[in-house]
Amino acid sequence: MAGNRRDFLKLAGLTAVGATAVSSIKAPTAAASTADSHTEASTDGVRLAMVIDLRKFSKDDALIERCVEACHREHNVPNWEDDPKNEVKWIWSEDFETAFHSQEFHFIREDLKGKPTLLLCNHCNNPPCTRVCPTQATWKRDADGIVMMDWHRCIGCRYCVVACPYGSRSFNWKDPRPAIEDITIDYPTRMRGVVEKCTFCEERLARGLEPACVEACGNDEIVFGDLNDPSSKVRQLLAERMAIRRKAGLGTQPEVYYVIDDPRTLQETAPAAVVEGAEGGDHA
Amino acid sequence: MLEKALTGNRTYWTWIFFLLAVIGAGTACWFWQFRTGLTVTGLSRDVVWGLYIAQFTFLVGVAASAVMVVLPYYLHNYKAFGKMTILGEFLAIAAVIMCMLFIFVDMGRPDRIFNVFLHPTPHSMMFWDTVALGGYLCLNILISRVSLSCERRGEAPPKWIKPIIVLSIPWAVSIHTVTAFLYSGLAARPFWMTAILAPRFLASAFAAGPALLILLALIVRKLTTFDPGKEAIQKLAEIVTYAMLLNVFFVAMELFTALYSDIPEHVLHFQFLFMGLDGNNTLAPWMWLSVVLAVVALVILVNPTTRRSETTLVVGCMAVFGSLWIDKGLGMVIAGFTPSPLGKVTLYAPTAPELTISLAIYAIGILIVTGLYKIALEVRGQMKV
Repeated sequence: MAGNRRDFLKLAGLTAVGATAVSSIKAPTAAASTADSHTEASTDGVRLAMVIDLRKFSKDDALIERCVEACHREHNVPNWEDDPKNEVKWIWSEDFETAFHSQEFHFIREDLKGKPTLLLCNHCNNPPCTRVCPTQATWKRDADGIVMMDWHRCIGCRYCVVACPYGSRSFNWKDPRPAIEDITIDYPTRMRGVVEKCTFCEERLARGLEPACVEACGNDEIVFGDLNDPSSKVRQLLAERMAIRRKAGLGTQPEVYYVIDDPRTLQETAPAAVVEGAEGGDHA
Repeated sequence: MLEKALTGNRTYWTWIFFLLAVIGAGTACWFWQFRTGLTVTGLSRDVVWGLYIAQFTFLVGVAASAVMVVLPYYLHNYKAFGKMTILGEFLAIAAVIMCMLFIFVDMGRPDRIFNVFLHPTPHSMMFWDTVALGGYLCLNILISRVSLSCERRGEAPPKWIKPIIVLSIPWAVSIHTVTAFLYSGLAARPFWMTAILAPRFLASAFAAGPALLILLALIVRKLTTFDPGKEAIQKLAEIVTYAMLLNVFFVAMELFTALYSDIPEHVLHFQFLFMGLDGNNTLAPWMWLSVVLAVVALVILVNPTTRRSETTLVVGCMAVFGSLWIDKGLGMVIAGFTPSPLGKVTLYAPTAPELTISLAIYAIGILIVTGLYKIALEVRGQMKV
């Protein structure tokens, strides 16, 4: 566990340092000939991605709630609980069939049926939302592929909300501040009339921390890392497990993956040879 | 010349003050919306565009339709449209200004509108739409101003204006094409992702716009000594007929592709429009009304006897306009959001302030048309004393 964390922090640090860091990890990227064609064609440096392990989410029903709460508290996301019309959300849960709405699931495994599934911005490698923005108030960051938002430039036309195939963007129909219970002082609040969404916790990455939802999990239910690094945990998980992405057929190349293996396989592979053991983890 | 809009009889001023009252109410509502946010509208996280953007889309068509009088007159030297051309151009000016206002009131941060120019973004269709609409407005103001002041002085229009007029023809087509591209290039919204959207927009525009122009010309004829000429009205009626037939044909092609392929994400939007989805059938009565109006319009317009009779022609034109307004100014945008990309159906109904603001923008357009038409008629000495 600690080993993983150390790797992660190294990665996050590199991301934060920016250009120099990116060039220093270019070599392994070039060597990664086994990468999917789309990742090769993408950002040269770090390509951040998230793998959500639905197997591991099976056990703890309250976990999703903790992830959502951690994120929304951290980012001053307003809570319009009794007012769905004004709803703002960065990360939320839908049942499995809704999350993968474009696929038709019949007679699926019991554990997947209606299973609460975490949804957030997919930080697409080919994002349709940034393409439509008339002011470049949202863009894909070159250094790591995070789809960013500039709340001071956004004109509130909501074209990006219309263009997102995942419903990941929210508009502030009214002033969000009264609906924030405890304001986190070191993160900005938004004003009415702008769009907001998940930023993969770029502000935490810059401080060498994991994204808030990942931290809220603690047991690799969500794995976060660099897709361009063949030895990263995300890559190893994707190589070994059956993972799907939302509406992959649209060509947006979403970078949030969902492991849908049977949870019963979890125990058999529990040493998680790659994920933890190989690192010589000292967590036992 | 503008001073000519500032004199008039009692009826004229009553009409102006009525429009100003509507505009005043809408402005008050807009200030409220500006202070409170777009939460005063019926829009929500799932239905993020509604009445405002739909009106914008519809009115781009009205603006583009001026080309239906400009093209025959200037390119084919069709003299019968001589008197109508200026009405078409002035209608285009009013329509473009309404379009811009509908975009403006839909913005979450109207105070940052200049960001569109400070950070020009060629990969955004919205940027190109801004360029196309702004350019079209300038072209029409320039053309109508130059030709009207020449007419006042009894001179022929200068030679240099001709290429500009010719440029305005493809430009008119471009504004509605780019507006269709706002919608038809989005992987997220299967309802709009159809190559025929732009042609369909143009067909409906060239039906609804000239239909409105016929109605306006007949109103003006009633109020003043202006006479557009029977031939001009009839020629426009033929244009409306062909365009409406094309539009209905295009819609039928959409329906065939969606329904025969039976792909749920295409079918569901049409199901929502005409039958309702998950118990939400707010638009179904409207859409069926649109169908009925389209049938009525075509029966009247295709039949030469009823098309030539002015009484029935007026009914036909109103039916065309009403049918297409429902189709484009109501159904097209809202159905794109229903169901949402996650398959959810969310009710959208415009609120009172939203309706008032929309009415006020229409009132601004009517005010502009009134003023500009009055100027044109004063110049020609066709106002009744």
